[in-house]
Amino acid sequence: MPAIRSRAASITVAATIAVAVSGGTALAQKKYDTGATDTEIKIGNIMPYSGPASAYGVIGKMEDAYFKMINEQGGINGRKINYISYDDGYSPPKAVEQARKLVESDEVLFIASSLGTPSNSAIQKYMNAKKVPQLFVATGATKFGDHKDFPWTMGWQPAYQSEGRIYAAYLLKEKPDAKVAVMYQNDDFGKDLLKGLKDGLGAKAASMIVAEESYEVSEPTIDSHIVKLKSLGADTFVSITTPKFAAQAIKKVAELGWKPVYIQSNVGASVGSVMKPAGYENGQGILSANYAKDGADSSWDNDEGMKKFYAFLAKYAPTMDRSDGSVVYGYGQAQTIVQVLKQAGDNLTRENIMKEAANLKAFAPDTLLPGVTITTTAKDFYPIEQLQMQRFKGEKWELFGPIIAGQLGE
Amino acid sequence: MSTVQEVVTEAPVIEDAIPKKAMALGPVASLVILALLIATPLFVKNFIIFQMTMWLIYAIAVLALNILTGASGQFSLGQSAFYALGAYTSAILMEHGDINYVLTLPVAGLICFIAGFLFGLPALRLSGIYLALATFALATAMPQLLKLGVFEHWTGGVQGLVVTKPDAPAILASLGLKVSQDMWLYYFTLAVSILIYIFSVNLLRSRSGRAMMAIRDNEIAASAMGVDVSLYKTLAFGVSAGITGVAGGLGAIAVQFVAPDGYTIQLAVALFLGMVVGGVGWLPGSLAGAAFIVFVPNIAESVSKGLSGAVFGVILILIIFLVPHGARQIAYGAQGLIGKLRRN
Repeated sequence: MPAIRSRAASITVAATIAVAVSGGTALAQKKYDTGATDTEIKIGNIMPYSGPASAYGVIGKMEDAYFKMINEQGGINGRKINYISYDDGYSPPKAVEQARKLVESDEVLFIASSLGTPSNSAIQKYMNAKKVPQLFVATGATKFGDHKDFPWTMGWQPAYQSEGRIYAAYLLKEKPDAKVAVMYQNDDFGKDLLKGLKDGLGAKAASMIVAEESYEVSEPTIDSHIVKLKSLGADTFVSITTPKFAAQAIKKVAELGWKPVYIQSNVGASVGSVMKPAGYENGQGILSANYAKDGADSSWDNDEGMKKFYAFLAKYAPTMDRSDGSVVYGYGQAQTIVQVLKQAGDNLTRENIMKEAANLKAFAPDTLLPGVTITTTAKDFYPIEQLQMQRFKGEKWELFGPIIAGQLGE
Repeated sequence: MSTVQEVVTEAPVIEDAIPKKAMALGPVASLVILALLIATPLFVKNFIIFQMTMWLIYAIAVLALNILTGASGQFSLGQSAFYALGAYTSAILMEHGDINYVLTLPVAGLICFIAGFLFGLPALRLSGIYLALATFALATAMPQLLKLGVFEHWTGGVQGLVVTKPDAPAILASLGLKVSQDMWLYYFTLAVSILIYIFSVNLLRSRSGRAMMAIRDNEIAASAMGVDVSLYKTLAFGVSAGITGVAGGLGAIAVQFVAPDGYTIQLAVALFLGMVVGGVGWLPGSLAGAAFIVFVPNIAESVSKGLSGAVFGVILILIIFLVPHGARQIAYGAQGLIGKLRRN
């Protein structure tokens, strides 16, 4: 008993010193909600470790590894992070069960980085009714930045609509007379990005987009869609696709001898899982947009941020593949969560967590492109809104042009 | 007392032909289980109550499959499709039609009954594994149908539809009872479950039930006795689909959300698993089977996160090896033991 008391006392002393050093910006008195104590912060997470989207499960594993490192370094303001991550198999009903388990049984302070549009849609209402933050959801669906109706939910990555608008801006500037053929995945991701593209093209959308084709994730091949789009005489091809289909499309377009201005959505632009299998020679000149550094790109080897990232991988997650976009993603998200907790200081109430999440000022995780930063306000729940255009050359993406903002927040 | 002995003496022959009385539990056991189901929520957290609600809902769906497979001998891997249809019916009626949630359930049941009955017609030509494949196709098609642009205004397309959770009726509050949404929904689900259970037991004891079982045991003999084989086969499909639809509607209300990804083939396989684990053709086993599909994945996950699927598989294989007839076998074993003790 005395041992515990003395430890608590020493932590109090440490915290007081920390407050004094930081110039008294943090409140001196400690405030806690369920899930936070003098020694621990409980963070919940839901990931598809099994099921059709299990490839994304590495995001959860990365975050777990990152928090392990933080804890070894002494935690945040003396508090260790207890990261509880559950599997929902990408099934919305299961996600609801797991979210309730986290909030009501494990009693976490907040849930972070839960993955997938369907799962997050399923728990959004519950989380907001319970007033438990649903931070940095791992999906680009635009609806997760609705601060008015859902003040307890926030996204992280650029919203798909932002990305669509950026492609539209590029086309309007570089090729205003383009005849655009769009192929999109028939789900929330595909439709959301397509909407951004159309909104960005504005009044010209109807005349510029000459064909739209959608495909189902369950289709074995999308060759026939491409043949059809080519036959319609389009000179610009926007491929709103996930990795497997992105690679198929790149191959088929090259095979047909079709040479359109080729725009590939960011989700399907990974060098390791798309460009390499599609064949580097087929991918030359393809355009895309990005916000994060590519772990497969050797030009980042001397980058300070990426050096830290690689050192972390070597020590805490040696089995992870650095060219996997999800690995880079999980690291960036974990850093953002830690930043919010640092800002919150000793006021670890759910309300303050949400307040600080909406108070990030030009925060730059190690893995984001130079110039891309995270800024949120009480009326802007879209943390990352900037992207940069990139062109595939040789065996990697070359960034070009300015950093562009997608302008969805108010 | 007498029922226990009856069942015990029948136990050895149960393996192949299931006598009609053995499809249900004896009155004492039923009352004990019912008392437990009523009392438990008063002592546990809301989260556990929610899990129990989901357990009952899946139990209803497993029971529906049990009627189809256990009683009429037809396979189905397509129950998730009817579950989805019921869920969407309830969700759409509640959110677009502003209809009371209680009233949406009979509608969901009716629509699914019709859908199941109609699907049963072409399925008549198929049997055994071919029927299983046809229903499998139904299960894989359903999530995509729900995504179709034509219905998007109603279904919300890929984004799904958020459902408002009902409050406990005001009359309870005025009586001074504090009933949370979760608890209310649990007791509501329990009431529906009991109704469906009683209906199912009576159905199987009726002429129709006997006709179905006759078809299961020997189709030619049944038709020789004057049973309208095609009618009863499609009827079994319809009833099973209707009950599954009610479960789906309840599921939508409990989860407060419907989306195509919630009703994939995995759900159909889970229900099938639940039926096998609970004991094919033994209605109370539905509860045990549903408990298996709701709770065992969580246990598997707590054993190993990365290998949860493998752990689940090991548990499943163990069960199938040790108690191939599922919960039914355990229940009869226990009854036999009690019977012996009493005689001594």
